Amino acid sequence: MTAVPVTLRRGAREAPTGPQGSMMPVAALAELVDELRRRGYRVIAPVARDGALVLDEIRAADELPYGIGVEAGPGQYRLVERDDRMLFANSVGPMPWKRFLRPPREKILDADRTLGGGFTVAMADAGDEPPLAFLGVRPCDLRALAILDTVFETAGSGSGYAVRRSRAFIVAVECTDPADTCFCAGVQTEPGRACGPGVDPPRTNVPGTSEYDLALTEVVGGHGGHRFLVRSGSCRGADVLKGIAHVAADERTAGLARQSVERAAASMRRSLPLVDLRSLMAASVDAKHWNDVAERCVACGNCTLVCPTCFCTTTEDTTDLTGDHAERWDSWDSCFDLDFSYVHGGEVRSSVQSRYRQWLTHKFGTWHDQFGSAGCVGCGRCIAWCPAGIDLTEELRALQDEWRLEANSE
Amino acid sequence: MSTLMSPGLRRRAGPMEPLPYLVTGTHRETYDTVTLVLEPDGAALHSCEPGQFTMLYAFGVGEIPISVSGDPFDQDRLVHTVRDVGAVSHAIAAARIGETLGVRGPFGRGWLADGRPEGDVVLVAGGLGLAPLRPVLYGLVTHRRRFGRVSVVVGARTPADLLYTREYEAWRACGIDVSVTVDRADAGWTGRVGLVTGPLADAKIDGEWTTAFLCGPEAMMRAAAEMLTARRVPAKRIVLSLERSMKCGIGVCGHCQLGPDLICRDGPCVSYDHAGPLLDVKEF
Repeated sequence: MTAVPVTLRRGAREAPTGPQGSMMPVAALAELVDELRRRGYRVIAPVARDGALVLDEIRAADELPYGIGVEAGPGQYRLVERDDRMLFANSVGPMPWKRFLRPPREKILDADRTLGGGFTVAMADAGDEPPLAFLGVRPCDLRALAILDTVFETAGSGSGYAVRRSRAFIVAVECTDPADTCFCAGVQTEPGRACGPGVDPPRTNVPGTSEYDLALTEVVGGHGGHRFLVRSGSCRGADVLKGIAHVAADERTAGLARQSVERAAASMRRSLPLVDLRSLMAASVDAKHWNDVAERCVACGNCTLVCPTCFCTTTEDTTDLTGDHAERWDSWDSCFDLDFSYVHGGEVRSSVQSRYRQWLTHKFGTWHDQFGSAGCVGCGRCIAWCPAGIDLTEELRALQDEWRLEANSE
Repeated sequence: MSTLMSPGLRRRAGPMEPLPYLVTGTHRETYDTVTLVLEPDGAALHSCEPGQFTMLYAFGVGEIPISVSGDPFDQDRLVHTVRDVGAVSHAIAAARIGETLGVRGPFGRGWLADGRPEGDVVLVAGGLGLAPLRPVLYGLVTHRRRFGRVSVVVGARTPADLLYTREYEAWRACGIDVSVTVDRADAGWTGRVGLVTGPLADAKIDGEWTTAFLCGPEAMMRAAAEMLTARRVPAKRIVLSLERSMKCGIGVCGHCQLGPDLICRDGPCVSYDHAGPLLDVKEF
């Protein structure tokens, strides 16, 4: 698309902002992308490709998915055209942001033989890569980043994840049209919670919130056309905003933004069972229901690939033909893979039952023990991208039913 | 690539960076098991506690977790006992004096993470499981008079699989009961045949004053732990060293999960009151 003429000029005012934040016309998104690229960021955003909204580098705002909506259900996902040209009135696609912070394949080190028969090691340094700007991070995915921050803490500040994460510029986007697969309202990441209008910029030490640099809420209707309510959550965000045409938000725009986010939160039809899931997981270790899931689960691992918090990796060491140069690569791994639990003598989790149990009880149970929170953010990716249409909210409900029956029979 | 450093200023290695160590000694323990002595070729690891492990790297071949098996009072040298069972352990076990291996670590909770033993001490080892227990034995020998009865029960598949047999006499000489059993005897074997629970049943154990350290196949450890519990040894003073798949050593690869535990971080040494219920779950 070609950019609509911008009525406000860059630098026209010194970062106008009101009690409601600021607002900018949709065309200012082009300025935002240009400004981020001018500052050296590689801008990653959703783009429509191969029948899905995937995350990829964009060079200009016209690559964004104007007027594209999403219909998703268990084992289903398709793009639909919208007549309002809204950009973010859709939901998450198959790719999680971890793909860029902890890539599917990542070089860890190079090692080279020395003349004396020893070797030297050079660790890969993600600081050599251009910094990333994420445009369009939903509240659920903001929470996922906060969870991954905790997971990768022990890897230290020099790890690829930590280096990329600390340099990444985050543009959060509120949800106005959640998909049928979304259930974030049940895991405290619902629209409006992290970056909605009227909500203070999040503090990083508060569970459920994560830092963003800018947060956008898309607004159509009323006078003023297609526009965004903008809030900055960091000095860096405020600084970038200075270079973009914007004005203090009016009451009407702020009100419309608030309404659409509240409506989105209220419209969510899928939910988690209202039970302490950690206790449910602990009580379900020997549940019969795992056999039922295993009859449908094909152990493909799709759910772990699309999950924004699944972090498991495996390590591969290689040499070149001379044998004098070696490399170490990490790549995503999945607890659904038979090899995943291999120790000398065999696999610990050979049945599909045990592997699905591992995944689900980790997400809602033992993740708490390991990292102090649940590992699910309610994005619904695993429901849409499961080839068998397995819906973890339904599986949790079935486990809850079994637990109740068990408790009643005792 | 690594950032440039001013000469003379050494960058602190992160947990994922293997440090080159020279093989300065090798000792063939059995037909498939070798003990390696390693010394730093430059920067050294932090000191290792008994029961901790390092990730040992054979150039270009791969990396595996191996427990420390040396004298904890000699922190200048790193000692590992490696059994040749896979591609990486084969390359490591084949390393000769003067060759270089990579080392990361040390990782995990050791035997003494919950406190030092007092009173009587029982060690139960199956096969290669004696290797992670040897640093404890060095300590028991050095401070023998601080402890009551000290019993070591060693089991192996055959007499040829027994580790450190040359040291049994020295352990016995300082008042440690060493009993040995094998699953299958060979022509020259005059000792016991059967599971470690045989000699363990005969060992004099004063339940409440006993600390037990167990390392070996999971079924062996569970049987031994049950027997010790039945003999009134408190479950929290029975410590097991667990084995799970490990790639990173710092709890970020996800492979070593056992319920709430990341074995590389919360183990490998875990007390039986905690580990028992987890090990009871099939395929956990």
